[in-house]
Amino acid sequence: MTDAPNPNPPPLSDGTAPADIRANPPQRALQLHRELARVWANDRGFWGQVTAVSHTTLGLRFMATAFVFFAIGGILSMLIRAQLATPQGAFLDTELYNQIFTMHGSIMMFLFAIPMLEGLGIWLLPKLLGTRDMAFPRLTALGYWCYLFGGLIMLTALLFGVAPRDGWFMYTPLSDATHSPGINADVWLLGVTFVEISAIAAAVEITVTILRQRAPGMKLTEMPLFAWYMLGTSAMMLVGFPPLIAGSVLLEVERAFDWPFFDVARGGDPLLWQHLFWLFGHPEVYIIFLPAAGAMSTIIPVMCRTPILGYGAIVAAILGLVFLSFGLWVHHMFTVGIPHMALAFFSAASVLVAVPTAVQVFAWIGTMWKGRPELHLPMLHILGFFLTFVMGGLTGVMLAIVPFNWQAHDTAFVTAHLHYVLIGGFVFPMMAAATYWMPLITGKARVNGLGEAAFWVILLGFHGTFFIMHLTGLLGMPRRIDVYPDNPEWMSLNLTSSIFGFVLTIGFAMFALDLILQASLGKRARRDPWRAPTLDWAMPVPSPNYNFASLPLVRHQGGPARDVIQALARGIGALAGAPRGRREVLVTSAGAARPCHVAVLPGNTALPLVLAGSIAVFVLLMLASLYAIAAVALLPVAVLVWIWVRGMAPLGDLHAVTIAPGTTVPVHHRATRPTLAQSGVHALLVADGALFASLLFGLAFLSVVTQGPPPPPALVQNSSVALGLAGIAAALALGAGAARLLTRGRAGRWASWAGLVCNLVALVVLAWLVTQLDDPRAHARDALRAAMAGYVGLHVVVAGAMAAFTADQFRRGEISPHTGVGAIPAWASWQAFTAITAIITAAVFVVQAGVA
Amino acid sequence: MTVRYAIWAAPVALVGCSGPLSTLDPGGHIARDIAWLWWGMFAGAGLITVFVLVLLAVAFGRPRETTQKRWVFGLGLWFSLAVLSMVLAAGLWVGERILPRDDGAVTVRAHAFQWGWEFAHDGAGGQLVEGEGTLHIPAGQPVDILITSQDVIHSFWVPRLGGKIDAIPGRVNRLRVQADSAGRFDGLCAEFCGLGHAAMRFEVIAHDDWPPADPDATQDRP
Repeated sequence: MTDAPNPNPPPLSDGTAPADIRANPPQRALQLHRELARVWANDRGFWGQVTAVSHTTLGLRFMATAFVFFAIGGILSMLIRAQLATPQGAFLDTELYNQIFTMHGSIMMFLFAIPMLEGLGIWLLPKLLGTRDMAFPRLTALGYWCYLFGGLIMLTALLFGVAPRDGWFMYTPLSDATHSPGINADVWLLGVTFVEISAIAAAVEITVTILRQRAPGMKLTEMPLFAWYMLGTSAMMLVGFPPLIAGSVLLEVERAFDWPFFDVARGGDPLLWQHLFWLFGHPEVYIIFLPAAGAMSTIIPVMCRTPILGYGAIVAAILGLVFLSFGLWVHHMFTVGIPHMALAFFSAASVLVAVPTAVQVFAWIGTMWKGRPELHLPMLHILGFFLTFVMGGLTGVMLAIVPFNWQAHDTAFVTAHLHYVLIGGFVFPMMAAATYWMPLITGKARVNGLGEAAFWVILLGFHGTFFIMHLTGLLGMPRRIDVYPDNPEWMSLNLTSSIFGFVLTIGFAMFALDLILQASLGKRARRDPWRAPTLDWAMPVPSPNYNFASLPLVRHQGGPARDVIQALARGIGALAGAPRGRREVLVTSAGAARPCHVAVLPGNTALPLVLAGSIAVFVLLMLASLYAIAAVALLPVAVLVWIWVRGMAPLGDLHAVTIAPGTTVPVHHRATRPTLAQSGVHALLVADGALFASLLFGLAFLSVVTQGPPPPPALVQNSSVALGLAGIAAALALGAGAARLLTRGRAGRWASWAGLVCNLVALVVLAWLVTQLDDPRAHARDALRAAMAGYVGLHVVVAGAMAAFTADQFRRGEISPHTGVGAIPAWASWQAFTAITAIITAAVFVVQAGVA
Repeated sequence: MTVRYAIWAAPVALVGCSGPLSTLDPGGHIARDIAWLWWGMFAGAGLITVFVLVLLAVAFGRPRETTQKRWVFGLGLWFSLAVLSMVLAAGLWVGERILPRDDGAVTVRAHAFQWGWEFAHDGAGGQLVEGEGTLHIPAGQPVDILITSQDVIHSFWVPRLGGKIDAIPGRVNRLRVQADSAGRFDGLCAEFCGLGHAAMRFEVIAHDDWPPADPDATQDRP
């Protein structure tokens, strides 16, 4: 397998190399830098921004764009506060006010918080883990463009006065076609779903990067806490976003095609939307909090000049949070009329989630006790976090108590609570993170003074705005009202909130100005200015596009970063330089981080932009209700995806690479362990499975909980339908078997063709079966069954395309002992998944329709 | 009406916690139980906040020998579990006290629509007495309200008499409220329901006699 001589020591039997790698001989740092910079640099000029796939460029761009959306959302909040400053607030009319508060919430959640944390993860993780880029650079770029285009669609709608207006959680029936005519709700459903492509993309590549690209020897159990936090976050995103995507697609289909998923009169249920939304919506809170907490766990030990207290306990707390956060979504629904004992269960779960949070907070304070805290600017923001977040957490516990929730729910008390949690638990830590990592981003040191002033103005403005808002809520002021002429007792409170709200805005403007001043006027920063122990600082400032001239070995990890900058820059670590003129990273095993193979990453390309643009065309056509043309517009998307995957063909030098004396590993095409792409497919299938589970949940909910009209007698009662279902399942199982044979090397190219035929047969039978099903517009359960059939159909189409792709790879000679296995493992995973979902779907149909 | 409210409300606004929609100015035992729950949790939350701030302030002294056990298990796990168990138990206890139960309580109906409320109760002769905008209930006893919706989701809330519950199309929700003495109480729709949401108010009149002989001859506010 290896072409290099003398593999010494020999590779381990599981296809990895030992983690204790010998050092490379030192080289001249400048020469290495030039070699790497040439290979890893973005293209020049504006075009370079279009084609960039670098995690540094895109991570920063994610964060900068998110900050712009934060400013826009902030301006909207100022309009809200201006309206509420007086009882009669004749400033905005109700329609516009409704659009503005809906957009404020939607922007802050979907266009600020989530992209910001994705950006931080994308920018920081490779540096922290000791690698050169994220696992899927083109996917990073695709995610960014989807985020930008989706956000622009929503902003454009606001400019034209057709923005969403039903509140950021879009409760149906208020958001259905009857009660919300026009495209406002469609803008939300399609725009947010478009943006969520970037969330799924980020979750997939963050998961894979953390598990497979840590520096050799960086054990999972010893990796920096930030990586643990992001691993928890990405796991939650993979499972938490699909219910939202499922709900949005179903609601959009209801609005567009009158499939009554949520329509009471036809067996649907508006509460199904609430369940799907909050199944996303509550994990979402922790999705936002965990990366911020990760930044805290990184920065506090550095500011206190001591290692973190309770590493293991914090990891356990993260895992506990990830688990618990999926068990408490119902606490957003305490007032919908659920039996008290069920409420008690979710109340207990909601309260329990405070425990892992408390473990972290006290571990941080214990770290401060153990060390000697220094009051640098990041530490100020961390103190702001403590004050604000502790109070927000405590009001959260109050809201988890059912009787109190019945009073406080949907009042300004909740508005106050969620701002304490989100600004305390996310914005303050992000400001700490920004001030902490600015030297690495810009290479500049801070200009003293303004940042501290900004902090105090923000702290004052925030608590002045939101502290008394608790009282406003307890005095009975509901959320989302625009006037309160009969309640002068709320006026002074609201006026105070409004005034301090403007103070808060000024504070954020000062913060932004401080960053701009630092970037433009700051003096050159020293390397590793904080004397940090993590690898993100073991590089020059500002960070070069390739991060590390050589990848850090075990001996370079865990000590002071400044001690290893020189060594890494001189190529003493693994995989020094870019002697083969291509972007190489080291892929390691998930647990012990033993070297598996070298992955060759794609270079600069405009393909992500073009693909995102073609998806945007589809979204816009859907918005314009041109559904037939929209279906056709999926064709270019499919072609571009094919071109995308063709870009992974084995080209160039496929010889094994010697990453250090005595350690030689294959390139990824010829890897014996799963490649990054294969790990990525597995992560994607986790999200896909969650999507399928959401549909199953919906069907079960409608069948068991909803007390609507019973479905009309099912038409599918003849045995030919059962036979058809069995035929689909059998064809897909056969296809999965063919792919499996291929992965084991027990079949030739015929198996690809066989797999393609199996999928085509399944597709034809499915198309016939759909004509036999009941009209999906008749009843919600019929609609959901049709949606499940559509889900399976879509997967069969993709599976067939993947089979065809491998057949094409055989034809091109890209699947051979010399060039590797191509897309076979990815197809096999997908095909097996498709077969399983089809079998489950068939079983559900049989059970529900009573097919003989 | 606005003027009357303004004159009435201006002085009590200074008191801080009263007001026609204040949960902290309960008009019956259900709202009072929840208000006490709030004051208890508020005091506890205040103490914990001060405690954390003191811990933070002390952290700025000399470095100390300290153990993970104390912080992670002592404070993080056991302290928080103890506090949370107490709060949870109090919440369950109050919840069980104020829930609707089958004890023959007077039942009235509230039907929400965009944008207003229809109410109905049984009159003296057993006939249904219907009306818009004003809900009549007996004073001094628990009343169950059956809540339904015509179109979108609304939420029935009379802050001084008890918690809120959503009015959901296709469902009948039951909420228990109680006014200790006769009088007028304000209610509103708490769930955002579109353009007329802010104005979707109603009034509750609690009567000493039930069914009220003359619904319009009502008592003043207590």
